[in-house]
Amino acid sequence: MVQFVLRRLLLAVPTMLAASVVVFLMLHLVPGDPAIIFFGDQPVTPERLELVRRQMGLHRPLAVQYLDFIRGIPRGDLGRSIHNRTPVLEELVTRVPSSAQLALAAFLVAVALGLGLGLVSALSRGKWIDSGAMLVALSGVSMPIFWLASMLIFVFSLKLGWFPATGFGGWNRLVLPAVALGFISSATLARLVRSSVLEVLGQPFVTTARSKGLREAVVISRHVLKNAFIAVITVMGLQFGTLLSGAVITETVFARPGVGKMLVDAISNKDFPLVQGAVLFIALVYIVINLLVDLSYAYLDPRIRFE
Amino acid sequence: MRTSIHASASSEAPAAAPALPRSPSRQVVRRLRRSRSAMLGGVILLTLVVAAVAAPLLTPYEPLVMNPVERLQPPNARHWFGTDVFGRDLFTRMLFGARISLQTGLISVSIALLVGVPMGLLAGFYGGLTDRSLMRLVDLMLTFPGILLALVIIAVLGPNLLNAMLAVGVSASPAFARVVRATVLTSKEQAYVEAARVVGCSNARIMLRHILPNTVAPIIVLGTLGVAGAIIAAAALSYLGLGIQPPTPEWGALLSEGRNYLRVAWWLTTFPGLAIMTAVLAINLLGDGLRDALDPRLQS
Repeated sequence: MVQFVLRRLLLAVPTMLAASVVVFLMLHLVPGDPAIIFFGDQPVTPERLELVRRQMGLHRPLAVQYLDFIRGIPRGDLGRSIHNRTPVLEELVTRVPSSAQLALAAFLVAVALGLGLGLVSALSRGKWIDSGAMLVALSGVSMPIFWLASMLIFVFSLKLGWFPATGFGGWNRLVLPAVALGFISSATLARLVRSSVLEVLGQPFVTTARSKGLREAVVISRHVLKNAFIAVITVMGLQFGTLLSGAVITETVFARPGVGKMLVDAISNKDFPLVQGAVLFIALVYIVINLLVDLSYAYLDPRIRFE
Repeated sequence: MRTSIHASASSEAPAAAPALPRSPSRQVVRRLRRSRSAMLGGVILLTLVVAAVAAPLLTPYEPLVMNPVERLQPPNARHWFGTDVFGRDLFTRMLFGARISLQTGLISVSIALLVGVPMGLLAGFYGGLTDRSLMRLVDLMLTFPGILLALVIIAVLGPNLLNAMLAVGVSASPAFARVVRATVLTSKEQAYVEAARVVGCSNARIMLRHILPNTVAPIIVLGTLGVAGAIIAAAALSYLGLGIQPPTPEWGALLSEGRNYLRVAWWLTTFPGLAIMTAVLAINLLGDGLRDALDPRLQS
């Protein structure tokens, strides 16, 4: 198991490096000079422009700039925001708690809803509960998250006044964004849980368990769910990606000061160091989550460890 | 003599026809027509397409002409979905918006196909270094989850309709590359590919004439479901202000315009959202039906 973990950790390193190359090159592929963007509409002399380009290190060869960028990462140096000159890391650090809180809460909502809907649907196959649960799941797949979020704000915030519509801090500001993001992410999960459970229910070992006289609840919890979980964990991992990108939109709708909102604002303001920092951060989180998913396979299915 | 043989063969043909098995494509159509949900999806989608094409005939209003006297009117007999802050009829803007939203979905998926299918085809067919390099590129693209890659592309190219379609298309292409590669890996081991090689077919001919047709079924399914995803992704970019720019009426952009008036004009947000959901739901129903109809396991 230790060998497997080490191998997977080593494999994640080149992916992270490649992601960093893409993110770094992004700044240099942008049409227009970052120094000109820094000055915006202000009139500027060529000498002043050249000075700022030198301060930003843009006069050096691309490879040197990349190496400097990579060397800076372990020290936490991701550059400075073009607009307010604050360090990118500082901007990220102040926004991570809001995003982490939202991602975690939405993930819990997604897992609870997805497992619940999928399991109920599979165990009542062909009945109206099955059709109802799958219709809910299908509408979740088809619903734009920014619309669901707006509708939740309209009903529960503007009309009923139960929750605040925007901001960060306190559980009551977390409920609506977490429900919106969690519901959208739960839809795919529910569909997969249903098909995985149905597949496992048809296996001979389930028939054996039943013929031994085990109670249905025991058959489901001990034999069906455990075996259906491998496929479910894959999708839960992939759904975390959906969750991360959904968080970008959710944070914008609910005006939560998270990494996603920072990214959207930075793109609008053409603040490329901030865009780089946010994209790199989200990509790294995604790589780490995928790594954890792989490791959890190995834990759940011993065959994977020995391959 | 030859003529008489042909004549007798053709005269016997109608009697022999019922015993012949149906062609695979006709079987697929038959299975699809038996799926009520797929048919429902197809009918809804067709209605939306007809409404989008016939938009100028279905409404007396212009999508961009402002009428401040009638600003922010709730739904009524004259304005079925109400009016926006500039007095423009929302129903009209949504009809014209359907043109852009549906087109955006289709063009984005076409871009995803143009990028993803050749990648998957080359990777699966040639294997080795080509496969490893192309699949690492796909893995790299998948490092940026969901809409993030599209956001990166928009950040580089700037926000507008064309770039939004390009961004959504390119970010959807890894899925096509993977599916095509997997199908090619199975197809290239088949006897007919070996036979084509033996009779001297070039690699390009084998790929395009013998292997590519086998990837059509999964591409149709993924492409159909991809249109749904692309409509939502493009609408999301517009909603964030990074896609289609006002005053162009696209469903996501309409929703974005409406969000500032949620307290006083619920209709501006509600109806465009329902339109997106209806279109996406219809395409998903059709895509699910197509998948079931094309799945070889169900054919047995």
